[in-house]
Amino acid sequence: MELSDAVVAHLREVADRPDLTGTRYDLEREIGRGGMGVVYAACDRELDRRVALKVMDAALCGEPRLMARLEHPAIVPVYETGMLPDGRVFYAMKLVSGVRLDAFLESDASLAERLRVIQRVGEALAFAHSRGVLHRDLKPQNVMTGTFGEVYVMDWGVEAVAGTPAFRAPEGACDTRSDIYSLGALLQVAVDRLKPVPQLRAIAAKAMTPNPAARYPDATSLLAEIERFQNGFAVEAYPESPWETGLRYARRSAVLLWLLAAFVTVKFFLFFLRSR
Amino acid sequence: MKAMNKIVVGLVFGLILGALDGATAWFYPEVRSMMTGIMVGSSFKGMLVGLLSGWYARKVQSTGKGIVVGSVLGLLFAFLVAAMQNAHYLEIMLPGFVVGAIIGFLTQRMGTPAAEARRQN
Repeated sequence: MELSDAVVAHLREVADRPDLTGTRYDLEREIGRGGMGVVYAACDRELDRRVALKVMDAALCGEPRLMARLEHPAIVPVYETGMLPDGRVFYAMKLVSGVRLDAFLESDASLAERLRVIQRVGEALAFAHSRGVLHRDLKPQNVMTGTFGEVYVMDWGVEAVAGTPAFRAPEGACDTRSDIYSLGALLQVAVDRLKPVPQLRAIAAKAMTPNPAARYPDATSLLAEIERFQNGFAVEAYPESPWETGLRYARRSAVLLWLLAAFVTVKFFLFFLRSR
Repeated sequence: MKAMNKIVVGLVFGLILGALDGATAWFYPEVRSMMTGIMVGSSFKGMLVGLLSGWYARKVQSTGKGIVVGSVLGLLFAFLVAAMQNAHYLEIMLPGFVVGAIIGFLTQRMGTPAAEARRQN
């Protein structure tokens, strides 16, 4: 008996499905596949809620413990971890509804919205670094943007993951500065499609300097640079010309300049009114 | 300036801008003899606007509302000054209105908000 390709594909998919016998979850569908495992949408029968279930390829894996240590608004919370009958580790986490950052950046999101996402990612990174945790594979595919503006950084790195080429630091070694490189690459991608903003490009370039020592020392410093840009201050990474400095001051103080101009105009108007 | 209380910011800029506003009376030869009185009065008016704008800025953080409140206060005090003389309404009220707006803006942008000041204490 010959089986059609569709039947074979279906059988393969069914065979690949993890056996959740003995757990409180019902499998729904596969929603993602990464270097360390497969993520499924599942239903928690006991709490009657949908969760994301990550089934790891390796029998032993520290990723859930790593993530559970990171309680932060921009890091997906882990609900539970366990072991499947076949010995593989799984963990249940919040099911985030929204779009991945790569899709978000393809949209017509404004510069402010893009920077807000990068800032949330940077804050999560700074928090993780303060807890001694590295991401190791920060890229748009590992960031989710929710429908209500929430941002989640996912797939916190483990030893086996070496990063994704375009977002991986050239030195190969993983430390906080290699995560800074990835954050800079993320910023570059975020502003790439928009009208060029030299200050932001300079910030991204500094974060992505081949020499790790020349990068920002931590995520907080990079975020502070972005905030300086947003508030109309000079950024350290971008040496501006006197003309640009003047323009920046004028933009920052536009309201005050208009009010002073109004004062001078009123005075001139009254003076000429009287002298007529 | 950031560490300064918003009320102090209002008083300082009210004094400076009020004095500047009063000093422009020098361009009118007929009132040059009263320059001292005009400058003191104008500075005092500016300081009153600054005091109230600074107090408002401690309560409400909104540049737009700060400008509106400052300009209304400037207009009100300028009207009172003009009413005391019962003359020069336009010459006193129009600049008073704009100076009030500037003071309202500056008190919103500069100085420490009330909550932050409490934390620092």
